[in-house]
Amino acid sequence: MNGFYCLTGFFNSISEYFGDVWDSFYEGFYKTFLKDDRWKFFLEGIENTLIIAIGATLMGILIGIVISVVKVLHAKTGKLIILNWIFEIYTTVIRGTPVVLQLIIAYNIIFINIENAVLVGIITFGINSGAYVSEIIRAGIMAVDVGQTEAGRSLGLSQFQTMRLIVLPQAIKNVLPALGNEFIALLKETSVIGYLGVNDLTRAGQRVLSLTYDFYFPYISIAIVYLLMVMGLSKLFKMLEKRFAQSDRG
Amino acid sequence: MIEVKNLCKTFGKNEVLKNIDYKIEKGEKIVVVGPSGSGKSTFLRCLNMLEKPTSGEIWFEGIQVNGKKTKIDLVRQRMGMVFQQFNLFNNKNIIDNITLAPVTLKLMTKEQAEEKAMSLLKRIGLEDKAKAYPSQLSGGQKQRIAIIRALAMNPTVMLFDEPTSALDPEMVGEVLQLMKELANDGMTMVVVTHEMGFAREVGTKILFMDEGCIMEEAPPQEFFDNPKHPRLQDFLSKVL
Ligand SMILES: Nc1ncnc2c1ncn2[C@@H]1O[C@H](COP(=O)(O)OP(=O)(O)OP(=O)(O)O)[C@@H](O)[C@H]1O
Ligand SMILES: [Mg+2]
Repeated sequence: MNGFYCLTGFFNSISEYFGDVWDSFYEGFYKTFLKDDRWKFFLEGIENTLIIAIGATLMGILIGIVISVVKVLHAKTGKLIILNWIFEIYTTVIRGTPVVLQLIIAYNIIFINIENAVLVGIITFGINSGAYVSEIIRAGIMAVDVGQTEAGRSLGLSQFQTMRLIVLPQAIKNVLPALGNEFIALLKETSVIGYLGVNDLTRAGQRVLSLTYDFYFPYISIAIVYLLMVMGLSKLFKMLEKRFAQSDRG
Repeated sequence: MIEVKNLCKTFGKNEVLKNIDYKIEKGEKIVVVGPSGSGKSTFLRCLNMLEKPTSGEIWFEGIQVNGKKTKIDLVRQRMGMVFQQFNLFNNKNIIDNITLAPVTLKLMTKEQAEEKAMSLLKRIGLEDKAKAYPSQLSGGQKQRIAIIRALAMNPTVMLFDEPTSALDPEMVGEVLQLMKELANDGMTMVVVTHEMGFAREVGTKILFMDEGCIMEEAPPQEFFDNPKHPRLQDFLSKVL
C-alpha cells in the first residue's frame, strides 16, 4: 500500500516538475519572442547579418581578385612594383590586427563621414576578407596549368587578356569551395558588428536580454539560428559544387 | 622569313642553346629532331618569345622579335604555335576556343570568326563538336582543334612542339595527316618531332640538334641516307 502511494506521489511530482518546466519554457519563449513582437528584433538581426556577410564576401572577392592578379603578374613580370608594394602592406596590416579593432577604427576614424554602420561593416569586413581571399585566389591561379597561359599568349593575347579570359575563370572555379567557406566564416565573424550599434543577429539577443533579463532563450536561440544558417549554406554549396563538377564532365 | 642570329639561352648555369644561327625561307618545312634535353623546345619557344633569349637576335618578317620596342603580341598573331599538351582553353567550348583570340584582338567580328571557325571545323570533320568542351574530346581531336585554332589567326608560320607525342598511337595519324595538308597548302612550318616518317616525307630540311647546337642540317634524303656527324649516325641508329 505504502509503495503504491509512493509511486503515485513520484509520478505526480514528475508531471508537476515537467509542468513547471513547460510553464517556464513557455514563459521564456513568450517573453523572448512573442511579447511586443520581439521576434522582429531577431528577424532584423538575421537580415543585417546576412546583408553584411553577403556584401562583404562580394567585396572581398573583388578585392581578392585585384590583389591576387597584381601579385601574380608582379611575380611573373617584375612590373606593377608600386601597386604590389601597397597590396603587400595592406595584407600584412589586415592580417596582423584584430577585425574588431579594424571595425572600430574604420567607423570612428576612417569612415567617420559614413553614418550608415551597416555600410561601414560591409566595407570593413570586405576589406578584411579581401586580404584572405587574395591568397585563396592566388593559389587558384597558380594551380591553373601554365600551358593555358602559353596558349593564350602564343595566339597574341596580352598577359592581362589571358589572365582575365582564360586563367582567372578557371582559378575561381577551382576555389569556389574555399570561397564558400569564406562566406560562412564571415557570417559568424560579423557577430562583432554590434560594437558599432548595428542590430545584427547577436545584438538582437542583447536587446531582448535587456528587456527580459533572461539569458537562456535569446542566446541559445541565436546560436541555433547561426548553426542552421551555416548548415544550410554548407549544404547549398555542396550541391552547387556537384552541379559544377557535372557540367565539367558534360 | 625567320632569321636566327647567334642565339644563346641559358637557364641558370645550364647552357641550353649555344650560338645558333639559322635562316628559314617562306614555304619551308623545317623539321627539328634530336635527343631529349638537346634544346629543341627551347629553340622553338625562343622564336615566339615564350622563352626569352639570353643573347642573340631573332628576326621575323623584317621585325626583330626580341627587340626592346617590339610589340610581341603583334608578332605572335602571325606565328601560330601548337603544343604537345594541346592546351585548349578548358573553360571555353570548342567554337569559343577558336574565336576567342581573333574576336578579342578585334581582327574579326564575332560572326566572321564563327563562320571561319565552322569552316575550319568542317575541314577536319568536327563541326558537330562546336559546342563541346575540351574534356569531352579525344587527344587526336583536341590536337587537330588546337591546330585550327592557331590557323584561325591566319598565321604566316606555324610552330609545332612534338604535336603527336602525347597522343595514343592510333590518333597520331589523323594529326600528321592534317599537318601534311597544311604543308601542301604552302604553310611555312617548323616542327619538332620524333616522327621520322613525317620528317622524311614532309620536311624540306631536317635539323639535328644536340647539346644546344645544330649539329647537322640537310634535306631529308641526305639527312637520313647519308648522315655525316657521328652523333647523328648514332641517333638515327637508335630511332630508325
Ligand atoms: N624553364 C626551364 N627552366 C630551367 N631549365 C629548363 C627550362 N626549360 C628547359 N630547361 C632545360 O633546358 C634543357 C633543354 O630543354 P628542352 O625542353 O629545350 O629540350 P628538348 O630538346 O625539347 O627535349 P625533349 O625532347 O625532352 O622535349 C634541358 O636540360 C631542360 O632541363
Ligand atoms: Mg621538348
